[in-house]
Amino acid sequence: MTAIQPSLRDYEGVAPPGSVDLLRRLADRVRGRSMLHVNSTRVGGGVVEMLERYIPLLSELGLEPRWEVLNGSDEFFHVTKSFHNALQGQERDFTDEMLRAYVETNRANASRLDLDADAVFIHDPQPAALIEFAPRRGMWIWRCHIDMSRPQREAWNFLRRYVTQYDAAVFSLPKYAQRLPLPQFLIHPSIDPLADKNRELSDGEVVDVLARLVVPRDKPILVQVSRFDRFKDPVGVIEAYRLAKRSDDCRLVLAGGGADDDPEGAAVLADVREAARGDSDIHVLVLPPTAKHEINALQHAAAIIIQKSTREGFGLTVTEGMWKGKPVIGGAAGGIAVQIVDGVTGYTVNSVEGCAFRISYLLRNPDAARRVGQNAREHVRENFLITRDLSEHVALIISLLR
Amino acid sequence: MTAPFEFVACLQLREMLGRTAWDERELLTGIEHVPADSIYYHTHSSFLRSRYPSAPYPNDFATWVATQVRDPVLGERLAVVDPFMFDDLELLRNAMLAILDDHLQAEEPAPRVGAVGRAGEPFHFMQSTIIEVPTGVRARTLGEFADALHHVDVSVIFYHMFRPVMNSGTVSDPAQWLERELGLPALAGRVRLLNPYARDPEGLRSDLLSLVEEAREREA
Repeated sequence: MTAIQPSLRDYEGVAPPGSVDLLRRLADRVRGRSMLHVNSTRVGGGVVEMLERYIPLLSELGLEPRWEVLNGSDEFFHVTKSFHNALQGQERDFTDEMLRAYVETNRANASRLDLDADAVFIHDPQPAALIEFAPRRGMWIWRCHIDMSRPQREAWNFLRRYVTQYDAAVFSLPKYAQRLPLPQFLIHPSIDPLADKNRELSDGEVVDVLARLVVPRDKPILVQVSRFDRFKDPVGVIEAYRLAKRSDDCRLVLAGGGADDDPEGAAVLADVREAARGDSDIHVLVLPPTAKHEINALQHAAAIIIQKSTREGFGLTVTEGMWKGKPVIGGAAGGIAVQIVDGVTGYTVNSVEGCAFRISYLLRNPDAARRVGQNAREHVRENFLITRDLSEHVALIISLLR
Repeated sequence: MTAPFEFVACLQLREMLGRTAWDERELLTGIEHVPADSIYYHTHSSFLRSRYPSAPYPNDFATWVATQVRDPVLGERLAVVDPFMFDDLELLRNAMLAILDDHLQAEEPAPRVGAVGRAGEPFHFMQSTIIEVPTGVRARTLGEFADALHHVDVSVIFYHMFRPVMNSGTVSDPAQWLERELGLPALAGRVRLLNPYARDPEGLRSDLLSLVEEAREREA
């Protein structure tokens, strides 16, 4: 929707005072350095959203950033989805054929892609093995966005042989760090407050979008925005909504889409539709990855935002909801426990029942909901905006290139 | 000629050491062996994290012992140690070790139980690198110093006021500048008495501004 990309100057009125100036002064030290980001899709998911915003801002800061995407077959993405799930703790079996498909896809991409840069950021497990086959000049950094607190050993042992070749790794939380012979840095992911998904909207814009999506505003709306993924527990959200609705009338919107590298999404979506069947107050919306304005409007319209994940690398939808000044109920998993200071900037829950209790509590206590929402917005401003994230990445490059 | 005070912002690059502790004894062993930068990180840097503290104490060792090990007495004993009273991180390390050792000699380690009946989270040792970023803002008079204090990034307050171990006696030390360059020993003395422990940077900014404004009124 937004035709003009925001410039750094636009962030000065949004980010904490002085933080944009600090970013500029840091970036001056690495002006002209080349920086490459590699991930596995250009469509859908938090990493894509992050890179879409990083690249123009890094350019404006005087660096020379590029973004390359791995090519892979359906078989490759089935294998990497299994890796993803196994690294987040699920038991998965890997055959030699699967591992070969993973390695060969990385080998082919290493030949195809231009991987030369002063700092090469490889995002997540899918392209991690590129390092084995690529010519090395600059510093290589493995940026892991997923919950690695309890990885399945077989999957991690396989991946570890590649990760140990990197110069550094970056994780989203301390508990994701592994025993590795390389420096491991902590950088919390961020949101862009000026992106279509997060910018301020007028009431008219919100009304228009909800009318188009056929979501009435006659009762409080609960919103969970996320991929249809079992770790996001969308069926658990429906159960919590049903428990709360016994005494507090409300609607539930489950909005999400798929990503190119997520072949399990269709099966989860079918389960969600089955669980929602027969209840006209539940709206299951499958939105394309371009529907950022729609997501923004849904979050603006929400009385409460839910992210009831059972595993979560960080949970950018939590940050998005908090930035809109909404009370957020999050599963006590991964980064959500860092984003939400329980009872101060939101609520964390451990069960369907806990989620239902907090829904009812917030619906019945609008003053508490408002206070928590205001705290949430300031907490995000200080800790989880893209200006801080970029500063830490630039500081990391400064530190590694010293 | 008066040398200007140069305001320096900073950014904390956080690094995980890949070392964890699962109980008080492992915490003690870890504190014995980690680099001094790790002791600094866990005792000083909570001030840079958030205005909404998610932890009961601004000392990570104390917080972990209190919330994950569920040993509130040991947590309180560690929390009461003011890291700003130590001008050497090795002395601070030894103070923490003495408390842990004394506690473990006297008491059986507490059974570690988490919030929902499971084992609590382990302690993850970290360290940080402080990257200095000169802001280009300089003050030559008390008035300029006060004006700058009003609008600089909060990390400037951390850099100049929360890092006495690194800054004491250097050009980054505002008390030394006030005394040597502006000839204000009384104000410098009062600034030196400001204790950052259990104070957030915005609160400290406000305390410092109050002292400076009082001195300006007296000058006028």
